[in-house]
Amino acid sequence: MATQYKTIVRDGLWDNNGVLSMLLGMCPTMAMTTSATNGLGMGLATAVVMAASGLLVSMFRSRITQEVRIPVYILIVAAMVTLVDLSMNAWMHELYKVLGLFIPLIVSNCLPLARLEAFAAKEPVLPSLMDGIFMGMGFTLALTAIGAVREIAGAGTLFADASLLLGPAFKFMEMKLMSPDKGVLMMILPPGGFLVAGLLVVVKRILDVRAGKAIQMGGAHSAA
Amino acid sequence: MLISTFISKPDTVSAIMLRVLLALLPGIALYVWYYGPAILVSITLASITALATEAAMLRLRNRPLKPFLGDNSALVTAWLLALSIPPLAPWWLVVVGTAFAISVAKHLYGGLGNNPFNPSMIGYAVLIISFPSHMTHWLSPHGLGQTELGFADQLAFIFGGHLPSGIKLDAVTLATPLDTLKTQLQLDRPLKEILGMPIYGALAGKGSEVVALGYILGGVYLLFKRIITWHVPAAFLGTLFVTAGIFHLVDQAHYVAPLFHLTAGAAMLGAFFILTDPISGPTTPMGKLIFAAGAGFLTYVIRVFGGFPDGVAFATLLMNICVPLIDAHTQPPVFGKKDRGAK
Repeated sequence: MATQYKTIVRDGLWDNNGVLSMLLGMCPTMAMTTSATNGLGMGLATAVVMAASGLLVSMFRSRITQEVRIPVYILIVAAMVTLVDLSMNAWMHELYKVLGLFIPLIVSNCLPLARLEAFAAKEPVLPSLMDGIFMGMGFTLALTAIGAVREIAGAGTLFADASLLLGPAFKFMEMKLMSPDKGVLMMILPPGGFLVAGLLVVVKRILDVRAGKAIQMGGAHSAA
Repeated sequence: MLISTFISKPDTVSAIMLRVLLALLPGIALYVWYYGPAILVSITLASITALATEAAMLRLRNRPLKPFLGDNSALVTAWLLALSIPPLAPWWLVVVGTAFAISVAKHLYGGLGNNPFNPSMIGYAVLIISFPSHMTHWLSPHGLGQTELGFADQLAFIFGGHLPSGIKLDAVTLATPLDTLKTQLQLDRPLKEILGMPIYGALAGKGSEVVALGYILGGVYLLFKRIITWHVPAAFLGTLFVTAGIFHLVDQAHYVAPLFHLTAGAAMLGAFFILTDPISGPTTPMGKLIFAAGAGFLTYVIRVFGGFPDGVAFATLLMNICVPLIDAHTQPPVFGKKDRGAK
């Protein structure tokens, strides 16, 4: 049992990372990585949705018939997203004003759907919950990394406005690395998202090759 | 041994690219005459950066250095980029643009022959999106600025970023003729009055119109040497002329005469040197006509209705995206078949 959980954790965070290996969920990845804080917020919201929907789908997996499974998954994900959306609006209103537009889009993110179909629909409850959490954390990791690179290069800051997301105690995370007029504007704009995401995929592959792992070429199935 | 006098060796890439560089010389000479030698500094910087980046990328990709470094294609990219950005731009701007053009736009796509986009225009687009304020340091042409910088002063500004005391940047630089036209029209000044401003010459901008003539000279040489065909320049300039002409005819008070658009900005450089790039352009004659006509139309639209000072770079990149589609639909029928469907 323990090895199974170990695999789930390692798959989610690194080996089978949603963004850097499977290239899933590219739309929120491009849209929400203009800063590390945005990436972190979007990632955490997605992680919550993935964990909750993984749990629910796994609980009802014997009841959901093959024919209607996709609509049912979508409905479950949509319900979870609405919960996250409303809670963020209520308790993290400042951040909601920044991320709000994109939170409903988690429904159309294909990473949760892919994990439900590939994992939660077949596995028991606890592993499904774990898979949702760690796939979500891997997603968060990738989005925060991409956001950090774009933010440093484009605006010269790191984790700006992090206190909005995590509370005033996290003010210390907000860093100013250089004056904002020195930033490369393009990195904040859409081309920067594609460039940095692509380069980080390369970095991950280089690290994997160094570690002697066999990398899957052309592992991308779809992108949404 | 009998050798027919009509058989000639096919041109190598290196020789073709060398001729393109040669053809740029009249334009560059006129540029130096009107704007001073600062452009030579950016061309040199761009060339060194291009060769160094090319060598580094070839090493990373495990390709042989010699045949690729000697093919002069990196130099063409470097020169075209240097000619597209302001001569007084800080040194790192040229270096960043050229390095990006060669490493990302050329080598990440597979090197010479595989890049879908014109590398020098990618370099330009990156620079104007990332560093818009540094891309406005256009020198005022000879005899127009209140003060003129000597070569030493220009060097000091490019590498050190400071001007001789008492001289402000505004005194030695000017908005480009296209830019001035756009901003002044937005201020509701009548077109006649704007064109009477001292920066305008007989056709377009004083100085820059003559440089454009220099590019035409180089273009004619390339046509004569059969390195480029007539299709791209004719379709590009023709469409630009006709589009500008229609707007001018309908509303003469707000739309400038078509000849202005032909000689302003990068139109001539684009027509003969940028859009004619054999790698990122289409392969068939019909395709070239469609490609260049689209670029001419887009250039006009971006210049007149867009937010950027010139439209040639973005028009080129947008049409580069269409090239696979254009190529797929303009394949001539296979010999012996009537229809095009030769699949």
